[in-house]
This record gives sequence, C-alpha cells and structure tokens, in this order.
Amino acid sequence: MTGLKKRRRIRLTGLGFCVIAVAFGIIYVALGDAVQFFYSPSQVAENPPEAGRLFRLGGLIREGTLNKSTRDASFVVTDGGHSVKVVYTGVLPDLIVEGQGAIATGRMQGEIFVAREVLAKHDEKYMPKEIADALKEQGFYRPTQ
Amino acid sequence: MPPYAPEHVCHFDLLNRKYARILQGMLNEIGHFAVILAFAVAIAQAFVPLVGAQRNWAGWMAFGAAAASVQFFLVALGFGILINAFVVSDFSLSLVAANSHSAKPMLYKVTGVWGNHEGSMLLWIMILTLYGALVAWFGQGLPARLKARVLAVQSMIAVAFLAFLIFTSNPFTRQVPPPLEGRDLNPLLQDPGLAFHPPFLYLGYVGLSMSFSFAVAALIEGRVDAAWARWVRPWALLAWVTLTIGITLGSWWAYYELGWGGWWFWDPVENASFMPWLIAAALLHSAIVVEKRDTLKSWTILLALLGFSFSLIGTFIVRSGVITSVHAFANDPERGRFILWILCIVTGGALTLYALRAHRLQSGPAFGFVSRESGLVINNLLLIVATVVVFVGTLWPLAAEIVTGRKVSVGPPFFNAAFTPFMVALIVVLPFGAMLPWKRGKARVTVRNLRGVAALSVALGIFVWSVQTGGRMLAPVGLMLAAWLVMGAFWDLLLRARIGDVPPSAAWRRLQKLPRSDWGKAVAHAGLGLVVFGIASITAWETEDIRVARIGDRFSAGGYEFELRTVNDVKGPNYVAEIATIGAYRNDKEIAILRPERRFYPVQRMPTTEAAIDMGLTRDLYVVIGGDRSDGVWTMRTYIKPFANWIWIGAIVMSLGGVLSLTDRRYRVGAGAPRAGVRPAE
Repeated sequence: MTGLKKRRRIRLTGLGFCVIAVAFGIIYVALGDAVQFFYSPSQVAENPPEAGRLFRLGGLIREGTLNKSTRDASFVVTDGGHSVKVVYTGVLPDLIVEGQGAIATGRMQGEIFVAREVLAKHDEKYMPKEIADALKEQGFYRPTQ
Repeated sequence: MPPYAPEHVCHFDLLNRKYARILQGMLNEIGHFAVILAFAVAIAQAFVPLVGAQRNWAGWMAFGAAAASVQFFLVALGFGILINAFVVSDFSLSLVAANSHSAKPMLYKVTGVWGNHEGSMLLWIMILTLYGALVAWFGQGLPARLKARVLAVQSMIAVAFLAFLIFTSNPFTRQVPPPLEGRDLNPLLQDPGLAFHPPFLYLGYVGLSMSFSFAVAALIEGRVDAAWARWVRPWALLAWVTLTIGITLGSWWAYYELGWGGWWFWDPVENASFMPWLIAAALLHSAIVVEKRDTLKSWTILLALLGFSFSLIGTFIVRSGVITSVHAFANDPERGRFILWILCIVTGGALTLYALRAHRLQSGPAFGFVSRESGLVINNLLLIVATVVVFVGTLWPLAAEIVTGRKVSVGPPFFNAAFTPFMVALIVVLPFGAMLPWKRGKARVTVRNLRGVAALSVALGIFVWSVQTGGRMLAPVGLMLAAWLVMGAFWDLLLRARIGDVPPSAAWRRLQKLPRSDWGKAVAHAGLGLVVFGIASITAWETEDIRVARIGDRFSAGGYEFELRTVNDVKGPNYVAEIATIGAYRNDKEIAILRPERRFYPVQRMPTTEAAIDMGLTRDLYVVIGGDRSDGVWTMRTYIKPFANWIWIGAIVMSLGGVLSLTDRRYRVGAGAPRAGVRPAE
C-alpha cells in the first residue's frame, strides 16, 4: 500500500513540476513578445522606441485636433511638452473627448502613430495613472475636479 | 373667509416636507448606526465562539449562530436604508449626490446603489454576512465546534471589511448643504445587464469565504472528513455557479454596450474575477475526491484558502487603482493600502496556520496513476497553472514598474499565447478523466470507450478545415475540441446507462435514474464545449466592415447588405439620442431593421454608443454608428459575428450543470449528517 502511495505521489509530483516548468517557459516567451511599454509624447520625441515596435502612447487630446468624421479618425495627444498625431481606423470610443486623457496602442509610422486600439475608460473623472504621471513630469498636471 | 386659506395648505405642506426630511435624515443615521453596531457584533462573534469551541462551553459556541443572524440583519438594514436614500433621491448623502439623479429610471436608482465603490462595498459585506447567517440557519447538522469556529472565522473577515467600510469608504457620509440635484450614475452602467452583474459576482467571489472559513476551522481542528467535504462542496459549487453567471453577465454587457463587440479583454478587473473562478473550479473538483475517497485533503484545504485569497486580490486590484484598468473603481492609495493589509493578514495568517497544521490531516487511501483521482489531480494542476499565468500577466505591470521604473502593460497576446495551451490540454484530457473509474482504472478500456467520440470529433475538425478555404487552424481545432467535450460528456452518460449492454428501454430507464450529479457533470462539461465552440467561431470567422456612409447608401458586408435609411433625434428620460434606421438584407430580402443609437447624457456630459444587434443562434449582425451629423456623414462599423451567443449560452449551460449537481440527493438528504449516504462511485 505504502509503495503504491509513494509511487503515485512521486509520479504526480513529477508531472506537476513538468507542467509548472512548461508554464514558466511559456510565460517567459509570451511575456517577451507581449509586454508593451508606455510612452508619453515627450518620451517618444526624446528617446523614440525602436521602429515597428508596438507600444502604448498616452496624453491629453489637444483641443481642436479631434477629427471623427472620416473613416480614419485622428487626434493629437500632448503632455504639454511634445505632441504626437494619432490615426485610428474605425469608430473611436465615446469617451475620447478633446482635453481628456487617452491611451492608444500601436506603432509609429514615420511621424504618425498608427493606433490599433484606443482605450476607452469608463469614467470621465478618472485619469489613467500613466497619463497623470506623464503630465506631472511635464508640469502640466492639474487634478480634474 | 374660506375655511382653508391657500397659504395654510402651503404652510402645512412645507411643514410636512420638513418633517419628512428630518425623518429621512434620521433614517440615514439609523442605517449608519446599524452598520457600526454590526461591526461591534462582528468583533464579539470573532472571539466568543472561538473561545467556546476551545473550552467546550456550549453557550459560548451557541453565541456564534445568534450573532451571525444579528450581524446579517444589521448590515441588511443599513443596505436597505441606503437603497431607500437612492430611491427617494436624498442628496444629503454625498454618495447619492455623486451617483444618482432624480430623473433616473427607478431600476437604475436601485442598481446605482452598487454602481460605486462605497455602495458596492456594503453589498459585498452584506453578502459576506449572509453566508455567515446561512451557516447559522442551515448548519444544524454540523458538529457544534466546527460550526462555532467557522462562524468565528467568517466574522473575522467581516470585522476587517466593516472596518474598511466605516473608516475609509463610508456610504453614509453626509453632505452639508445638500445639492439640489445629483451628478447621476455613469451612463454606461445604466443597463439591465450590468445591474445584476455585481450581485452575482459578489455572491460568487464572497461565497468563497465560506470554503475559506471551513478550511481554517478544519485546520484549527486538525480534522477533515467526508462530512466536512459534503458541507463545503455545495457551497464551493454555489459560489462557482454564481461567479459563472456574474462573469457571463459582465462579458455579455461588454459585448453589446461597449460598442465593438468584444466579449473578453483580459483587463485586470476581468482577470480579478476570473482567477477566483478558476480556483473555485479546481476546488469543487478536488472536494469531490475528499468527499468520495477521503483523500487529497490538505490539497483541498489549500485550494479553499487560495480561492478566497484570490477574491481578496481581486478586490485589491479593483479598488486600489494600482493597476491601470478601464474600469477600476477608485484611485485611492489609502484604500489600496487598507485592503493590502487585510489581504496580508487573512492570507498570510491562513497559510501560516496551514503550514503548522496541514501535516495533521491524514491522507486517505491510495489510488493508481490511472484513476479518477489522478484525473482530478491533473484537472487541478492545469487549472492552477492557468491561474498562475493569469496572475503573472495581471500583476506583471505592477512588478515591472516597481523593479525597473518603466511603465509597461501586458496585452491580450500574452494571455492568448500563455493561457490557451493549458486550456487545450485540459479539454483534451477532460473526457478521459471524467470517465475513469475511482481508485484504479485501465487506460486501455477508457481509450477504447472514447474511440468513437474521438474519431467523430477529428472528422468534424477535418470537415471544417476542408470547408473553410485557407483560414487559420483555429476554427477546425476549436470545433474539434468543442465536439470532443460535448459528445464525450453525453457518451459518458450513455455508457453509465449501459447502452448496448441492455435493451434500449432499460437503458432509458437507467439514464433517468442516474444521480443528478452525473447529469450535472455532463451538462457542465458540455457547456464548456459550447463556450469553446462560440469562442473559436467568433474569433476565426468574424467579419468587420468600417466605412463612411450617407443617408440612402447601400453596401454589402459578409454576405449581407445594409442600407442606412434615416437618422432621427429622439429624447429619452435622462438623455438625448440620435437613432439610425438601417435595413439588413440577405439575398435581396429584408431580414432585420437595426437601430443603433448615439446617446448623450447631459448630466454627466457623456456620450454613449448603443450598438444595434440582430441576435441569432447562427450569427449576430452588429452595427454601430459614429461620426458627426453636421456634414451628413456617418461612420458605420458593421460586424457579422458567427455563433457569438454560444459563448454565453455555453456559460449558462455550465452553471445549470452546477445547479443540477447541487440538487443531487446526497445534498438534500442529511447534508452534514455524519456518515449518511456515502455511496460508492458507480
């Protein structure tokens, strides 16, 4: 009886370790591809990400730059220092409003940021932490109230 | 002189209103007081029964049950009074002023109570105390000591969260002077699908506290037996069922409300509810082994501890704002720290106790490597590893920022790449494991039994592959796995009815007489198959069309034709809207009229998009309009989403399976009664 118990325990533990090892291998590989860095417009200007790399860009949408009427919507995000033009194909989330924060995922093509996803937040009062920090860095932050 | 001068009426009315306001104010204070009193009761309940159980003082132990009921009624009273404040739009409470509006529809006045941090926290606590009260009310069969200890542990959690509520997130905070009108509920939350999403989610999330308390009580006692498992398993199952329903509602809501038909985003807040779900699924499977075979005890205890710990981690993620999410509640570091402390004490304490006491739990009889027990161990292993993947992906940004200072995010590609393999492995082994006999089985027999099902599934996969021209392997593989699960589940039932061995009529009778838990198992596993089917179809075959259209334009997308006919302005109860009318055609025959809307809620100054969806079992037509009306041009986004609804149908079928299992005879007869009705497996 004990022999069987021990054998089963060894086998199952072995199996467990194998699965866990595989899991960490997969996590390691997948993370390498999927981690996206956050850049503020100033960081893009000063220290641009390598070409073709997917990253997240965030800042405030500059007044008067939001264009939703064509098939490719566009707007300019700024952190007070620098600005980057963002182009997005499709219907922008409702909460993309001039003067409010936005985060977009995509890559640079020349001087233009081509977004594949624009983040909608659920609440106009809420500013994504990354953007708040980026604005603070540029001395542009004023708490929304 | 008339007997009643108009100014008298007016005066009287004013007086009346003044009294009403004073009464309303008193009511709020009563609610506030009830919650504080509940906190006091909880403190007593956390100690008295525990001491009673240690010293074997019956009176002290009995205190636990009474206190649990009182505690629940007090919190429920507070919650009821808060609902009342929302219903009568009492803006002297700052919570009501910040989240409600007198013109809001009644349903959303009520559901708005839990559409914010403070109110939802009170709901969370009410459900926690409800579970405590349920132990008190239905736990007559439990050994007195176990019951007392469970109630004490449950109450310790309540103490922590009531303190959190009262000191950091008090829903009864007054606002002087009260504003005339409230700031309304976020319009995205004014939706029936979301109205019932949090209560179900919390029933599940917080329901895991029950297994947690039982696990801690068992560790204090140093004893776990079949009676313990027979009590814990239905509660774990109930938590899992409600969590399934809650997650499904949330996913469905995202699908139709957020306007691009996504149904799962791997957002931190979604993951926060998904991790406890995975652990609960593991727990309800391993509890079967404890109940039927009296083994895997310390593992099951560990899972019970982990399950609720993940609920707490989820609460931390949602309410601390440390991880950027599209729908985090609050951005308050103080609250985050408080929850982190609760998490550390609860989880750390429980795991320490586990380390000290787990060796006392005697492990039961041995089982062979090829056996149902092993199957369930593998199920657990894969579910836990999948949880680890989700956990790493969710917390990676936080860890990376602390270590490197860079802000990163981990997107869906990570989860798709790292989570899917384990789910595929789980699905492949599931029908085998489910069919293996307890204790010791023969792999060859089970493989032979499943040969037909496997062949049919592979044939289906090949068929799909040959029909779809080009295309990714996702659809053929996904549909093959789905068929494997669904057919495997029902083939198992048929074999149990001994189809082929006995005449069909006898098999039919046997099928009806199979225990409900067997049916529940088959239905739940088949439900998982349907979910896989829906996910594979929508991911592989979705068509998307984005274009700019003018009134009268007609275009085709994915085999259908659409015509933008008109766009009208309409006024709703608390919003204004532009509603487009779009005809959908198939083979020149009109099959549906779609009316997508763009709404604007003036109070919150927030626009929302209401997609129009023509739902069907084989496909959804999903249309969204955007753009500016000034130049008469509309952006239209049109999707054809094949078999989309099977994702949610499958999830509901899964939870139905859970409910079927809950109605099994062994839980109705003598739940908790020491050795009643331990049946052999077959």
